[in-house]
Amino acid sequence: MSSSAEKKTPLYDEHVRLGARIIPFGGWLMPVQYTAIVDEHQAVRNAVGMFDISHMGQFVVLGNGARDWLNAMLTNNVLKLDVGQGQYTFLLNDNGGVIDDLLVYRTGEAEFLLVVNAAKVEEDFVWLEGHRQYADVTTLKNRSADFGGVAIQGPRVVNLFDELLGRDVELPARNCIRDFVIEDMPISIARTGYTGEDGVEVFFRAQDAAKLWNLVLERGKEFGAKPCGLGARDTLRLEMCYPLNGSDLSAERNPIEAGLGFFVDLEKREFTGRDKLLETKTNGARERLVAFKMNGKGPPPRPHYALFSNGNRVGEITSGTLSPSLNIGIGMGYVSAASAKIGTPLEVEIRGQKFPATIQKKPLYKKQS
Amino acid sequence: MNVPDNLLYTKTHEWIRREGENIRIGITDHAQAELTDVVFVELPKVGTQVEAQAPTAVVESVKAASDIYAPVKGTVVEANDALTNNPALINSDPFGQGWIFALKIDNADDLKNLQTAQAYKDQIG
Repeated sequence: MSSSAEKKTPLYDEHVRLGARIIPFGGWLMPVQYTAIVDEHQAVRNAVGMFDISHMGQFVVLGNGARDWLNAMLTNNVLKLDVGQGQYTFLLNDNGGVIDDLLVYRTGEAEFLLVVNAAKVEEDFVWLEGHRQYADVTTLKNRSADFGGVAIQGPRVVNLFDELLGRDVELPARNCIRDFVIEDMPISIARTGYTGEDGVEVFFRAQDAAKLWNLVLERGKEFGAKPCGLGARDTLRLEMCYPLNGSDLSAERNPIEAGLGFFVDLEKREFTGRDKLLETKTNGARERLVAFKMNGKGPPPRPHYALFSNGNRVGEITSGTLSPSLNIGIGMGYVSAASAKIGTPLEVEIRGQKFPATIQKKPLYKKQS
Repeated sequence: MNVPDNLLYTKTHEWIRREGENIRIGITDHAQAELTDVVFVELPKVGTQVEAQAPTAVVESVKAASDIYAPVKGTVVEANDALTNNPALINSDPFGQGWIFALKIDNADDLKNLQTAQAYKDQIG
């Protein structure tokens, strides 16, 4: 992909000004790090980190058929959402394979906000357009270009928002979304994230992006707030075993194989991919997405390295890194079901040499309370 | 960015210090700053014979694995074992304690192909 094809978020100039290293990601030019991945990772685990998530897509679904239509398109149960609540869910193809993983918020009686992956905006939209129901009373709009977004994550987020909103204003509860105004800027705050820490994702008008970004960094100084890039976002999410679409999820894998059946409501009578998921659930998955930790110090595991069990090749790594919190190599990968039990010893082949690892319970990182 | 005048450099960001028959090799300050957070170094075995431009060591950051190339043909005579327990020495002291390996060179004339500090400074801008 040529660099001219990649889009810039409304925060691009801020990233450049802060000296970020910029890389192409999902069709966008995004900051991978400002200082160093480990520093930014620790800022989120111990204080506050802010990520540009303006590349992510926003769809708005409106109208009397919105609720039932989305419930047929998505795996989780949309009917369980009250106004102001959201849930993690999947958009599947007819084979039950993952087109995208996303968050759906019910923002009004008959109004929903979908937050989708940057690289999947077009594909998701085309899929949804092609599977319209109740089209006479429901509209689907791609509002991705209108909004900027940041994820603000870390144990001191609540203190920071006491400053930004005033102590008497409470943040929405976990997985909930609400509208606020900060310095005349209308914003939506969702209490969610991709890091395993308390935190929020904030959406705002694209023209307010730089002002809001700098306001948060300025007010966040006393709480140790740092701008954080995609590098730290990846190590943080992998410690929590949150999947990355395109790596851990794909059109050839379904959520049951990925161990994410919790976000699939098979009690629902009708949704795309249901038959295939039921089949996997009944017969058992052929391969499962497992999390593993290296047994000792060594080279970090990386995507596409082969996994072995008892000398046999059983799968391949989909995500791998050195965990900054655990200071040891961690990863996830699909392995044959027989080798997928917690505690199973694995070997990771790295440059022709095998290194021992062990399958672990997810998440790989648990906060000390 | 620190680029000591008394060293030679490769296009691939290794530095070379001449020590009689041998050369000592590491990665430059610029390279360590680009990589950040070195978390693992795979060292060559002493006695290994390497061709010029052969991948001889691997330096891994959180994000990626990078090959370190032999600047000229030779035989590995030392590897910096201190990096096994403390790979971050490459970040903190790239031209000193962060050296990676040493080669006994086959032919001193090969060093003529390497660039001076000034040429390397021009390369990294």
